[in-house]
Amino acid sequence: MTGLSEDAVSTALRSIDLVSHYTLQQWEALIRQARPANVLSRIALSVADAGLMDRVPAAPRAHLQAAITVAHAQAEAVRQEVAHIERALAPLATDVILLKGAAYFMAELPAARGRVFSDVDILVPRDALPQVEAELMLNGWATTHLHAYDQRYYRRWMHELPPMLHVTRNTVLDVHHAILPATARLRPDSRKLIAASRALESAPGLRVLAPVDMILHSATHLFYNEDLSSGLRDIADLDSLMRGFSAAPEFWRELTERAAELDLTRPLFYALRYSARMMDTPVAPSALRALASAAPPSWVVSMMDSIYMRALRPHHSLAEDALTPFARRALYVRAHWLRMPPHLLALHLSVKALRREEADP
Amino acid sequence: MIVADLPVGRLAATLAGPGLRLRTGPVVTRIRSTVPEVLAGIALHYSQHPIEDDEGFADFHVQVRPPPSFRRWVAPQLFFDFDGMPPFRPLPRAQAFPMLEWGLNWCVSSHAHQYLIFHAAVVERGGRALILPAPPGSGKSTLCAGLVHRGWRLLSDELALLEPDTQALVPLARPVSLKNASIDVIRGFAADAGLGPIVKDTIKGAVAHMKPPVDSVRRAGEKALPRWIVWPRYEAGTVGRLTAWPKSRSFMRLAENAFNSSEHGRSGFESMAKLIDRCDCFEFVYGDLEQAATVFAALAQQE
Repeated sequence: MTGLSEDAVSTALRSIDLVSHYTLQQWEALIRQARPANVLSRIALSVADAGLMDRVPAAPRAHLQAAITVAHAQAEAVRQEVAHIERALAPLATDVILLKGAAYFMAELPAARGRVFSDVDILVPRDALPQVEAELMLNGWATTHLHAYDQRYYRRWMHELPPMLHVTRNTVLDVHHAILPATARLRPDSRKLIAASRALESAPGLRVLAPVDMILHSATHLFYNEDLSSGLRDIADLDSLMRGFSAAPEFWRELTERAAELDLTRPLFYALRYSARMMDTPVAPSALRALASAAPPSWVVSMMDSIYMRALRPHHSLAEDALTPFARRALYVRAHWLRMPPHLLALHLSVKALRREEADP
Repeated sequence: MIVADLPVGRLAATLAGPGLRLRTGPVVTRIRSTVPEVLAGIALHYSQHPIEDDEGFADFHVQVRPPPSFRRWVAPQLFFDFDGMPPFRPLPRAQAFPMLEWGLNWCVSSHAHQYLIFHAAVVERGGRALILPAPPGSGKSTLCAGLVHRGWRLLSDELALLEPDTQALVPLARPVSLKNASIDVIRGFAADAGLGPIVKDTIKGAVAHMKPPVDSVRRAGEKALPRWIVWPRYEAGTVGRLTAWPKSRSFMRLAENAFNSSEHGRSGFESMAKLIDRCDCFEFVYGDLEQAATVFAALAQQE
């Protein structure tokens, strides 16, 4: 058993032309699975971009149109929010790097097409954190998670401040100083990421990661995450980023060398493996060879295959089997294990368990 | 085929098995449940609604179900389940049918973003639609229930669905939710109103649903163009009168009653401006439903 072989969403994302022959039941299965996987807008725009909207029966088409409406509004909202952040942090003259969704949007990458997300993430140098937080507070952002334990958890152990909520716009901003927690086993050097970042033409006060670093960040985020409910969306991001950037000469060599430099070869190994398996990403054989030494022992790889090929499917009963809950549970534990040394993990999980009882008598 | 064509035993088996694919206006919801209150509520309130066959397309897949654990035996509670995900906290079993209704509202307001959706009742007469947007407690549902028994067609009691391109309002023709004192008011107002059982102690107080009129259900495919926006407010002892209400303030209040303006962004703002432009806007303070109905009958007569 190496995991579930297929789900409706990755099939459609891989070859969108198939949908022009879908029956109503196939549409129903696709929309039901795309919703919890957070990719309905991406699928809807792929259908529209491929000129296939007229081939879709009216009932499912209504859902695609709804998803496209949401995607357009989201694109507007992201641009506005990024402009607010740019304005608020302009006085600081520090590097502010947009991450993930907001970066894909502002850099106008194909991965932004139909990508729906709720928070904007930025990366700033660690020593600039106090000024960045102060400047954001002066401009209407307020910290959340006011419990003393949570504040300490974020500020001492995590790679980000507690999420900041804008008090009038109700938008959430995550301010990172690294791409992995301070307590994690792997410690990629944020200064290297910041040094290699690129200025954005569309927002001169802001920057985005270099192409290879964008991929490494996306991979690290996905393969260290305890919650894979948007895992398929993240795999689709990786696929789209790699397809887009790999046109550049030397891309694959640059990617694997950078992974080695930043201590991120393991997450990149998984990213290439599962992106190729689920999305048919054309990964260069040279990259696979370069990462061979980063692979875990083969019995671990087959176990991880069986786990990830379940956990990355949409969180929907049509895309699950009897082992899927175990796979998700295993990754939840793994993510915590990789993010914290055992004594901290024990403390953290006890505090969370006790507080759950407090909140839910 | 409509729900009433199924004998109760078949209806129960469909709900317990493959699910009932119930059509309400443009929406098909596949409902599954073994809860007797859900069966009774559907048999009463949806008797005239069409059923789609299993090869068709359902927009939403919902269940009203007991929790999986031992909780089903102590203080029985029920979940509204949206395709595997419960969007709300469970409720006591007695509230099964109101919970289904709230859940169906949630399905539409959280997903049907092809429409701009307002929290409002919509009724129609002579091809022109009247929008009654209002916060809870304003007497909106009472007025809506009253008008549909005096010659107006029901489009919806809770959700005004506006098609941005055509500016048409799309009917759902679902039951009207009546609360507290308005239950007796409607019972006195229309003897044949078709009220379901009263469910006490819900988050909204005592709730009873009123069956949508047969004609409104049969005409659920007919959209209507909006003509009036009226802000109702119940005040005991007042003689109902329409007072012109500034369009600017109507716009702001309507925006507050929109469920999905952020999902529509700028184009939603523009659609809303068009809607306000084409409608006459009034405030309507009223104390008597019969008198209110005459005021609206006169409004419908105007050119």
